[in-house]
Formats: sequence, structure tokens, C-alpha cells
Amino acid sequence: MIEILDAPLPASFQDGGRPGYRHLGVPLSGALDAEWLAIANALAGNPPATVALEIRLRGPRLRATRPLTLALAGEFSARIEDAAGQSRTAGNWRSLVLADNEILDCGFLKSGIGYLAVQGGFDLPAVLGSRSTYARAGLGGIDGRGIKAGDRIRVGADETTALQGGRAKDALLAVADGATPVLLRLPQPPRVTDAPLRVIAGPQRDYFTDAAWAAFLGAGFSVGREADRMGLRLDGPRLEHMRGADIISDAVMPGAIQVPGDGRPIILLADCQTVGGYPKIATVIGADLPRLGHALPGQTLRFVEIGLDEALAARREATAALAQCIASMVPDRAEFNLDALYSANLIDGVIDAQH
Amino acid sequence: MKPRLLALGDGALTLEFGEHIDPALNAKVIAARDALAAMKLEGISDVVPTWRSLTVHFDPLRLDRERFGQQLLQCALAETQESALATRWQLPVVFGDEFGPDLAAVAQATGRSAVEIIEALCATELRVFLIGFLPGFPYLGELPDWLRLPRLATPRAAVPANSLAIAGAQAAIYPWQSPGGWHLLGRTPVRLFDVDNVDRPALLAPGDSVRLTPIGRDEFERLAAAVAAHAIDPARWQAK
Repeated sequence: MIEILDAPLPASFQDGGRPGYRHLGVPLSGALDAEWLAIANALAGNPPATVALEIRLRGPRLRATRPLTLALAGEFSARIEDAAGQSRTAGNWRSLVLADNEILDCGFLKSGIGYLAVQGGFDLPAVLGSRSTYARAGLGGIDGRGIKAGDRIRVGADETTALQGGRAKDALLAVADGATPVLLRLPQPPRVTDAPLRVIAGPQRDYFTDAAWAAFLGAGFSVGREADRMGLRLDGPRLEHMRGADIISDAVMPGAIQVPGDGRPIILLADCQTVGGYPKIATVIGADLPRLGHALPGQTLRFVEIGLDEALAARREATAALAQCIASMVPDRAEFNLDALYSANLIDGVIDAQH
Repeated sequence: MKPRLLALGDGALTLEFGEHIDPALNAKVIAARDALAAMKLEGISDVVPTWRSLTVHFDPLRLDRERFGQQLLQCALAETQESALATRWQLPVVFGDEFGPDLAAVAQATGRSAVEIIEALCATELRVFLIGFLPGFPYLGELPDWLRLPRLATPRAAVPANSLAIAGAQAAIYPWQSPGGWHLLGRTPVRLFDVDNVDRPALLAPGDSVRLTPIGRDEFERLAAAVAAHAIDPARWQAK
């Protein structure tokens, strides 16, 4: 069990999202950065799309009520406090082990978002095939909302749990015995580049003047304050419509850039509605979608047009790069409180391991 | 206008039939959806019909865009007929009073009586053009010309769930409580969105059709209680 002690800013549970229901108006949702979700899960010993906590700016403080293996993907400044009040650094991009009653304070995040994955996953009910939180309709997560102080979440009830829970305990035992643990470290953490976002010309490119198209590709746009999981509003040169700013609604998707009458573009993200009534000037390609999740208010975004063949090649590259990243993880010796584990939990571990 | 393909990024294609609201156009969209479903292609995650277009979200690493685009254009040629995938619904509605607080104002604005409005609504076969805005939120149409009103000048902060509302040529039923600027005429006891129904969480799907049947307050309360107790199979709301 994990108990949330403090959640100063919203954090939500996200997995691979809820595909297959968009014709019924249900948004896709899911992790803004599916790659970092996969990395966090790999470090925690989970399949790539296992549900994890998606954290923005400032993470929660939480307490483990049993020993847990978990991992942080992102530039956190996290610390672990033991029951005696001793505190140690909790590294990013590596498996972490919490003993009974130890507290993880995720601290502030330098990256826009980050993920906290726990071995075996969070035991939340799947809603329409996904545990992703979609707050607007109260779907997924804990009662369809972000986490708050006092929440208690069971850990490790995925189908894979029995196996992975066993592995976690084996790992702990292995550490105690001085053997090599099944804990992992990512030697070269991924970087979020600030290269221009690659876009495909939008389905309503012809609703805009050539001057607007040139301005869209030529200028930088600053991320506005209205930035959440539904989308990012951008400030920059006003993009002028040629044929009016309303269309008869048609489908949108994460990455689509729509421009309402005020000429300020909006990049849609994972929680966007399924259809929209504004012309779409361009769409960010799938391979660059994870980067959008990290964008913070005030940051400048630039766009570059590419063709569909290049987008496909970029998607292949991104898939290969993620696989390579996960393959590059090396065994790690955890920095954890061995005494606490000895005193409290090894006996459980031995009993369970024998089953 | 000839159907055309539009790229919605590298992970979706939109088959566009036109740029206006028209039942004939929407019928082509639904026919294309049905034709695509019959192909049983791998690599497709979502097929989203709208008023006038069909968008397919797919994995370009599993489905060749070029070839798939040609297949979609083939689907565009499908004959419009009564869709085998569509359902005809008959939904009970209690009109007026606290259930439809705008009925009197709509009567005044159109110069008709409340009874005439209810009769006209219930005599119209409403087409489900689109589900959007909220999960399970149906855009139904089209209303008789004389019943088409602009939206409320000041939207309500909270429209009760299950409210039947109209604006312009459209009617809708709110599956959730939400803000809304449409005219509220009544309320249905029918559950429009059920997260426990994994196969089909929304009762209505694009291409379906809906007839409204007036019921009284007592009948509404009886049905609403039965729905809340999960004592009614949603199939009961299908037209006989």
C-alpha cells in the first residue's frame, strides 16, 4: 500500500490510454510522454504501459506501508526519509527500494513532467480498459480525480503481479545475501530536445492565408498560462484565417493545432475532446508528441513542416530509440536502508518466496 | 464535392465528404464506416464518424498509409442504405416543469403551444449525427425549421444530467451534468453512458436514430428508480 501524505499540485494516474471509444466521445487520455512512462515502468520491472503517476512541477510525499520497488523518470529532486528521520537522496532513472514506513518526497521537478512507477503497478480498477484519469468525466484513476492527501492505493494487482512481486522480493533477498540484485539504472537518461516540433500540414491548412502559414513556421510561439492535459494555448503572431474560424466539427487528435477566431493556436494533448469546430492548421507528428507534455508556460515552441514519409521514419526511429534506451539499463545496487529491511520484511519475503 | 482524404497528422486519416450539415452527407459517412468495418483491418484504433467526415486513427507502422488511403476511398463509394450497425431507439421523456424549464420560453419564442412543440419533437425521427463534446453526448437532428432557436444568451452553469435540450437545428441529451447553453425541454430516465458497459458505454452511436415518447412525472420517477437500480436492460429502449 502507498499512502499519499501530501499532494501540493495535481498528479494523475496514467497508462497507455483508452483507445477504441473515440466514436463515443471518450477522449484517448493516457501518459503525455508515453516514452518516459515506459522507461519508469522498465526501471520498476513492469510492462511499458503499466499505470503510473504522472507528475507536474511538484510531486507528492508518500509513505510505503510495505517494502516497494519503484522508479522515478524525470528530473526530480526526490528524497527518502526513514522511520528514524534520516534522509537520503532518491536518484532519478534507477530502481528505488522503500522499506516499511519509509517516506518518498518526490520534491520539485525540473523537467515539465515525470513519472513514478511502482513494481506491479497501482491496483486501480480499469474503466473502459484503462486506469488513466480523465477528470472531466470522472473516469479512471481514483474516482476519476487527481491524487490528494489521505489517499491509500494498493500496489501490485496486475495480472503480472504474482511474478513481479516475487521478483521484487527475490531482488531484496539477493541484495541482503550480497548477490546481484534485479535493480536497474539508466546510464544515459533521455533529454527533451528543444529542436523545432515537426508538423504535417493540417486538414484545414487552406483555411489560412499564406502569410499565416509563413508566420506559423517562421516565428516562435510562447506557451500560455492555459496549459493542461487537454492542450496548450500559444502566444505569438496572430494567425489569420482566410475562410472564417469555424468549421462544421470534425475529428481532432492529440498533436492537432487548432486556431480559433482570436488567431491564437491551441495544441491539443491527450485529454482533448474527440471532435472540434476550429480549423486545424497543422498536426505535430506522433514521434514529437511526448515532448509536448514537458512544455511549460513561457517556453518558446517552434514548428517545422515535414512530409509523411519523414514522419513515418521518425516514428520508426523513436520506437527503436526507446527499445535501445530500455536495453541499455544496467544492474544497480540500490541505496537503501538495509537494517530496516532486515528487521521488518525479510521474513515476509522468505515466506512468500518459498510459496 | 468528391470525397477526399486529409492527413490528420501521421496517425490518422480523415475521409471528408463535404463541409456542411446534411443528413444525406452523414448517411454516406455511416455507409463508409460500415464498409470499413466489413474489411476487418488490423492496426486501426478508432473510427470516428462526424457530421460530414470519417476519421480513422491508425498505427502507420502496422498499416500502410498509401494502400489504406485507397481502401478508404473505396469505402466512400459504399451505397447509402439502412446501416446494419445502426440501432433505432425510442426514448421516454418527461417534458416541462422543473424537467424542462425552458419549454414555456421556447413556446413563446416560436409562437406555438407547449403541446405543439412536444408533438413536433416526438413526431421527428432524430438522427444521431455525432457523439462528442462529452463522452456519450449525442448531437441529434434535424428539428423542424420553426423550432430552430439561437442558444441562450447566458449559458447555465449546471445542466442536470439526462436533460433534453435544443439549439439551432439540433437536439441533444446531456449524459452528465455539465455547463450548457441550450434550451432545456425535458428529461429522460434512460442512462446514456454506463462505464461498466465495456462493449458499448454510450447508449447512442453515430448513425443510430431516436424517437422521443412523452411520459408523465410518475412514469419518469418509476423508470428513473428502475434505471438507478440497474433493473432495466438498455435493449428495452430499442424501437419495437
